[in-house]
Amino acid sequence: MLTPLWLTLKVAVLATALAGLAGIALGWWMARKRFPGHALADAFLMLPMVLPPTVLGYYLIVVVGRNGVLGRYLDQWFGINLMFTWQGAVIAASIVSLPLIYKAARAAFEDADPRMALAARTLGAGELEIFLRISLPLAGRGVAAGLMLAFARAMGEFGATLMIAGNLPGKTQTLSIAVYDAVQAGNDAQALWLTLLISAVCMFVLVVSSRLLQSRH
Amino acid sequence: MPLHTSVPRTLARTLATGLCALALSSTLHAQALTVSAAASLTNAFQAIGQAFEKANPGAKVTFNFAASGPLLAQIQQGAPVDVFASADQETMNRAATAKLLADGTRADFAHNTLVVIVPSTAAKTPQALQDLAGADFKRIATGTPATVPVGRYTMEAVQKAGLTDALQPRWIFGESVRQVLNYVARGEVDAGFVYRTDALIEPEKARIAFTAPTTTPVSYPIAAIAASKNADAARQFIGFVRSAQGQEILEKFGFSRP
Repeated sequence: MLTPLWLTLKVAVLATALAGLAGIALGWWMARKRFPGHALADAFLMLPMVLPPTVLGYYLIVVVGRNGVLGRYLDQWFGINLMFTWQGAVIAASIVSLPLIYKAARAAFEDADPRMALAARTLGAGELEIFLRISLPLAGRGVAAGLMLAFARAMGEFGATLMIAGNLPGKTQTLSIAVYDAVQAGNDAQALWLTLLISAVCMFVLVVSSRLLQSRH
Repeated sequence: MPLHTSVPRTLARTLATGLCALALSSTLHAQALTVSAAASLTNAFQAIGQAFEKANPGAKVTFNFAASGPLLAQIQQGAPVDVFASADQETMNRAATAKLLADGTRADFAHNTLVVIVPSTAAKTPQALQDLAGADFKRIATGTPATVPVGRYTMEAVQKAGLTDALQPRWIFGESVRQVLNYVARGEVDAGFVYRTDALIEPEKARIAFTAPTTTPVSYPIAAIAASKNADAARQFIGFVRSAQGQEILEKFGFSRP
């Protein structure tokens, strides 16, 4: 019964890391740059939050499936096949949680006082140094809140994951899918235990992360 | 101001009218029959439903298609189902043990066979179960054995052939036989176990490699649910499925007579 838990944590941590890197970079970029199609790009990045997970799952199958537009070449050139693997679950979870980090990061970067960065620049700091030592720490709380939400979303991801990674016990069966599987099989006792387990883990994550956020101030 | 208040009021009125209409329509449809049927019956039962409604003016049949296991779990939880048709005897036996079936209504109405299919683009076609242990078949799909009958039939056949360990790391489990069919049709797996009637639906994307011998024959039982409020209509529907007309439709979709 603990296998789905470890798998879920592994998938959620990696998905949060992936979505974190992309979301922070995109949030920073979108907060600072204005270009034609800016609003369109913003809508596109927010899309995974409003689309049904099954639609995302279908997009993923069409893109990274064995005969997908990208998947075909991943398979031919590198022998990589994401369908029915936990790596596929990571991709699904990071896409659904990306908007949460991106939105939080963008708002945090926009709220930061631009004069700080300007001051650093006049003192001769490079762009990367400004980002790492001024902008990112100033946006720290917002980004951290985004990461926390993304982690929670990644832990609970179901629809897109089921479509791309399937329901393979021990391989891709995460907690949410294990609950679904137990209910489908009429195995109520197991469903109940899994439900209690996931609730406890989520409570733990929420309490710990809010402590971390508080102590930072 | 009047404009301001009238908007929510109109909205409320529209909503209320809509809700009344919904409530009314659901009482009107109370005579509708709900049939939970195995996923492999999807196309055949939709055709039977249409014929049944045509033969019985005023009757309305609603179908709930899924793997037999989840359908049983729903009925056990008190889902308002009138008729249950499963793709194996074991699921129906569990329903009988749980006293969910109306007495004297259970009957077998169709037979099917288990086949191995491969994507139509596949270079190699296996000839027997032993071939599936070869290097060309890294991913083989079937239903989740605990809840999907096709998975159970598959495991029995594989065990009898002594291939349980050899094939164990290759399984990709689908939620229903139709998902297995979809995995093969998309080329996501190298082979899959489905019923012959399912394979006939996607002749362009998947081809039948061979018929897999099953230890238990693939037979479909149907029964009325004891808690049904439409007991007469439920019996009538079962009678229609077993009638000459019903059997003719089932045969058209590739099922054989029990």
